[in-house]
Amino acid sequence: MGLFDPLKGFGVTFSTMFKKVATEEYPEVPKIPAARFHGRHQLNRHPDGLEKCVGCELCAWACPADAIFVEGGDNTEEARFSPGERYGADYQINYLRCIGCGLCVEACPTRSLTMITDFELANDNRQDLIYTKEQLLAPLLPGMEQPPHPMRLGEDEQDYYVHGPELARRAGVPEGSTVETGSEEARR
Amino acid sequence: MGLEEKLPSGVLLTTVEKLVNWSRKTSMWPATFGLACCAIEMMTSGGARYDIARFGMERFSATPRQADLMIVAGRVSQKMAPVLRQIYDQMPEPRWVLAMGVCSSSGGMFNNYAIVQGVDHVVPVDMYLPGCPPRPEALLDAILKLHAKVMDEPLGPKRAAALAESGHRTELIPSSVRYAKKK
Repeated sequence: MGLFDPLKGFGVTFSTMFKKVATEEYPEVPKIPAARFHGRHQLNRHPDGLEKCVGCELCAWACPADAIFVEGGDNTEEARFSPGERYGADYQINYLRCIGCGLCVEACPTRSLTMITDFELANDNRQDLIYTKEQLLAPLLPGMEQPPHPMRLGEDEQDYYVHGPELARRAGVPEGSTVETGSEEARR
Repeated sequence: MGLEEKLPSGVLLTTVEKLVNWSRKTSMWPATFGLACCAIEMMTSGGARYDIARFGMERFSATPRQADLMIVAGRVSQKMAPVLRQIYDQMPEPRWVLAMGVCSSSGGMFNNYAIVQGVDHVVPVDMYLPGCPPRPEALLDAILKLHAKVMDEPLGPKRAAALAESGHRTELIPSSVRYAKKK
């Protein structure tokens, strides 16, 4: 042990004063995680506002924690929520069970269910952590219309699934937004 | 506690209540109760990048007798449940419990005979934090929401009765909204 070793040690401490601070200022500066972060879910919409969910329950079957409850319903000509025959009449995700694995997103055949990067879910009530369909549905972007309403972008559901992007372009998706858009992208 | 129960509720005592609650929330020492993978995120929150000490949690207390907040991080097995209760009983009042992660909140994906289906079967829980595991920011968010709840806690039975009568419930705003910089 040399004579100047203690000074050397303080030198290390002192030099950190001129280094960049590692701490992030989370509550004051909002944290935007990576785009593929598994936050809470979102039920997407077609460009005219119709829901993409067809109520097939594949997400509920894929879920390893049994966190998803789906109840399908029949579309009628008077009340149409999604293109095609069926729609998700009731949709609930229990966030006290959901482990955010994303198997439900992989299982979804219509790309209705995706995940957004929202992670501030803490609550003091178990009941409030069961998210219902109204909470999970994507916000209506400009150009979208609250269902139920008839199919605006095609004759039948095949037009929506096969020519979806073309139809969306023809219908005019507003500038700066995409067909699948989360709340954080809408804010941008 | 004594004096505040004999006096009528008024300006002075509500101010004392605020001061007491403020001092409680700004120096809330957590008891470590890391049981599984969530504990890794909890330890990260104590590190330099997330720095839980910004919110008055200078150190994770290794003894429950000096702790105010029990962060149950991880799945609680049936064999661990009595230990958890004993540690909770050893904490001095006032005390709070934060169930971190889905396993301690509800059992999560472990719906089987070995895991307690939610730590609220054993101890009263003040804040549930979903996520598997929740990222450190989510833990900070849960702690800040708990701070908001602590600020609304009544001092003495008179104030508690008045609060129960008013039907007041603390609004839990996401922290990035509540603490957003004013433009």
